[in-house]
Amino acid sequence: MITDKDVKYIASLARIHLSDEESALFTKNLEGILHYVGKLEKLDVSKVEPTSHVLPLKNVYREDVVKPSLPQQAALKIAVEKHNGAFKVPKVIE
Amino acid sequence: MKLNELTAHEILDLIKQKKTSSGEVCQAVLDQIERSDENVKAFVRLNDQASATAKEANGPVPIPIAIKDNICITDQEVTCSSRILKNFRPPYDATVIEKLKKSGAVILGHTNMDEFAFGSSTENSCYGPTHNPWKLDCVPGGSSGGSTAAVAANEAIWALGSDTGGSIRQPAAFCGVVGLKPTYGLVSRYGLIAFASSLDQIGPITKDVTDSALLLNIISGTDSRDSTSAPFTVPDYTKALVNEVKNIKIGIPMEYFIEGIDPEVKQLIVNAIEMLEKSGAIFEEVSLPHTEYAVATYYIIATAEASSNLARFDGVEYGLRCHPEKMRKNPLVDMYEETRAVGFGKEVKRRIMLGTYSLSSGYYDDYYLRGLKVRTLIKNDFDKVFENYDAIITPTAPTTAFKIGEKANDPLSMYLSDIYTISANLAGIPAISIPCGFSKDGLPVGLQIMAKPFNEEMLLRIAYSFEQSTDWHKRKVRL
Amino acid sequence: MSQTTTEKKYETVIGLEVHLQLNTATKIFCGCANVFGRDPNSQTCPVCLGLPGTLPVLNKKALEHAIKVALALNCKVNPYIKFDRKNYFYPDIPKGYQISQFDLPIASDGYLMIPLADGAFKRIGIKRAHLEEDAGKLIHDAHATGSLVDYNRTGTPLIEIVTDPDLRSAQEAFDYLHILKLTLQYLNVSDCDMEKGSLRCDANISIREMGAPNLGTKAEVKNMNSFRAVKLALEFEENRHRTIVESGERIIQETRLWNEEKAMTFAMRSKEEAHDYRYFPEPDLVPFTVDQSVIDHVRQSLPELPQQKLKRLTDQYKISEYDAAVIIQDPDIANFFEECTKHYAETKKICNWINGALFQELNARKMTIKDLKITPQDLTTLIKKVEEGVLNNLTGKDTLKFMIDSGKSTEEIIQEKGLAQESDDSVLEKIVDEIIAANDKVVAQVKEGKDSAIGFLVGQAMRKCQGKGNPKKFGEIIRRRI
Repeated sequence: MITDKDVKYIASLARIHLSDEESALFTKNLEGILHYVGKLEKLDVSKVEPTSHVLPLKNVYREDVVKPSLPQQAALKIAVEKHNGAFKVPKVIE
Repeated sequence: MKLNELTAHEILDLIKQKKTSSGEVCQAVLDQIERSDENVKAFVRLNDQASATAKEANGPVPIPIAIKDNICITDQEVTCSSRILKNFRPPYDATVIEKLKKSGAVILGHTNMDEFAFGSSTENSCYGPTHNPWKLDCVPGGSSGGSTAAVAANEAIWALGSDTGGSIRQPAAFCGVVGLKPTYGLVSRYGLIAFASSLDQIGPITKDVTDSALLLNIISGTDSRDSTSAPFTVPDYTKALVNEVKNIKIGIPMEYFIEGIDPEVKQLIVNAIEMLEKSGAIFEEVSLPHTEYAVATYYIIATAEASSNLARFDGVEYGLRCHPEKMRKNPLVDMYEETRAVGFGKEVKRRIMLGTYSLSSGYYDDYYLRGLKVRTLIKNDFDKVFENYDAIITPTAPTTAFKIGEKANDPLSMYLSDIYTISANLAGIPAISIPCGFSKDGLPVGLQIMAKPFNEEMLLRIAYSFEQSTDWHKRKVRL
Repeated sequence: MSQTTTEKKYETVIGLEVHLQLNTATKIFCGCANVFGRDPNSQTCPVCLGLPGTLPVLNKKALEHAIKVALALNCKVNPYIKFDRKNYFYPDIPKGYQISQFDLPIASDGYLMIPLADGAFKRIGIKRAHLEEDAGKLIHDAHATGSLVDYNRTGTPLIEIVTDPDLRSAQEAFDYLHILKLTLQYLNVSDCDMEKGSLRCDANISIREMGAPNLGTKAEVKNMNSFRAVKLALEFEENRHRTIVESGERIIQETRLWNEEKAMTFAMRSKEEAHDYRYFPEPDLVPFTVDQSVIDHVRQSLPELPQQKLKRLTDQYKISEYDAAVIIQDPDIANFFEECTKHYAETKKICNWINGALFQELNARKMTIKDLKITPQDLTTLIKKVEEGVLNNLTGKDTLKFMIDSGKSTEEIIQEKGLAQESDDSVLEKIVDEIIAANDKVVAQVKEGKDSAIGFLVGQAMRKCQGKGNPKKFGEIIRRRI
């Protein structure tokens, strides 16, 4: 059972402001989808290993060799807002 | 026949015979875009350098290609059809783009998609829907619907799409083109804006199987920038284009033919099977017992990964940034929440919510972890079948293209349209969709072939053999 | 209630989390240089900026360094490790998640021994150590309309070392940090500079009644910029907790920031959220296996660690534990010492010179031994000159000073500055005679048998010859003459 409170908590974790309508809609949608995916509970998976990677790859590294960085101007070219060579964001309160 | 209606291998032959030039081909394609894209709306952005590049092209494969709007091209805006990435111009090329540029391909521009590839209809786009070239009031499928529509409408010779749960194959089927999802790890994901990292693959969208092999030759291969790219020596896929299926053992999973399949689609698949059987292929019924769990498993895993992959779109560095009119929490959190509220469409929010939920404290074991375990069972099903069979054949989608707006308010029924394609992503295996006929109302139907990991050659061989004895792929849309 | 009964009644429980930046050439997941102090956002690339479509690839060296740390901290190196995403929003993490390790970290179940005041050692458990990427740097300006972000630091390889809640006082925490830092410096995997932020420490502290089975409600303390600050912050917290508990109130679980100026901790201003980090396996990185052969190889390549070195130095060179403890504080000093012993057998004298005059000169110059122009052989030559009586202690120290400044040899300095001790007996006798003549009263005292009076006369003689005489020799001559 998904409640409005659950949806608000999830939205705040996901940093999405929801309107009241969206909140109601997603409560309904999530309820429906979770009911559907609930069918997985029918399976006994107690002895099954999870598959995070479908390929049996391991130990993929790179050597510790320096590659050129972007020049400061190129890095900042994408910035929404910049100041003194830095990305500027709304004030952070600690 | 117009130049833009030809396949790449036909064009390359003409260029070799000096009967045409890359500039002429590009012009024909651009003219077609000019004529029909107003109605199809396949492209969201054109590369204004395309014509110039085509004229100067000196690589071996100067073919005009359309790129899905989630693949990065240096200094070209890329948005995943989302407001949140407006004006984002990456300072780098995706690995596949580097490879295409090296081979001389001419990049036409970015094509429309469901926002962040979340969808099966190319309706969930901040640019509005793309229309199916065969029937403009129908969807082209999705999420690579812009790419498949562009190729079907002859607005591009080739296109790249990405496939997380069927996003190349399902729209390829809906648009009557060839779409291939390679084995996970065959094509580098570097520069593909991630939806679900453990499922995503870039793949070719072409007019026929030969072109699919040609394009796959260009884009596949190990990439040191992608830790999940396989250390695999890529063969010349055109060598697999052999018209011979004698004694090839093909499984037909009985679970794929039970409910919800359109009888017309079913009949065309049965016809296709009979045709291949006549050519000597051996068909047997097989079982993939966990098929009914694939969609649920997929939606848990894909949305969980997506909720994390899309966290970077937060208004801090690049793209959209919004602030609410009145302070709600504090300036920073307000900015995050407003940017993401305004920047993401409804389906994206829905999936982020679902993914966040299934990873959150107290639910991880019940949802995400369980999903990964069922993924193992689904993969095991395929491993078992492939012990005795060379390939599996199924429909690509249970229906033909549906009407624009028809499923817009029913997310679950939309999710179910991926029912035949999702398993290949979960199992990491290669799969191709090729045209196998048309419904009575003129909509294309796709046949899906799946094979063992890294056995794209088997897919191409069966697909090529089928194509040689049919002419579905030669039907042209006139727009 | 008096302080002493309080101390008996409560027990302090502290656990530390140390973040250590590894000194690899490049960042952990991209090829950007891992350097400090450059222009903001000049050491970034699409990968560490977290741009969409980019992917991480692990720096092999970072993993090797982490294995070294794990072994030095007596940890079990896990044979199968993976990376996980820790999801949260903050402007200094550009991807909206940090790549870290959750349930399969590189190392677990280790320990470090710390010395106690009574000479015994205490075992501090290391719960785990894991690899992760560092965040960028936020620049807060109190008066500005926004905050600034510099992503140069983003992706610097970090190893986080978490202790068990085994520490029982601020002093123990301080001692643990000291031994930990020393051990890490020996490994040469980090510059361990708290001021530059290459070593950072957060603490969890709680108190409980003596003998209570469960831990009390903890506070997490952050923002300490030195070991001393860690100690002060923990002492402050210890008292704060006691005051709250004794007044019958409840401690709130919270994060508190140390304010260096006010010497107090303060609760963070921002509202704290539930720590729901939604960890899940990083799909962009494949797992890693650490074979026993690799572990064995790294173990063999480990340098001698501080506590091993301490024992060896006292055994091998017959120096005191105190002297050895001072010398091992810097592995370079210890090496310098051992080089010196190759040229001169008086190990105790070498120790005295290193721990005394040499340290003094280094401190005065804010130099490390690595910056020194003089070699171990230069120092032993100097010590020998003093022992031979060519220089006295005073001129010896002056010579050292000149050597450090100029990089010249002992002999050159002696020549140049004319510092060689006056050894011509007739010259010395002449000085003594003058001193005797000028100090009747003192001479009389000497004659009465007052030995300390000789010291005064020696001092006078030394002054007269501008320190170039040998005080012993002066003493002998004075006795003879009187």
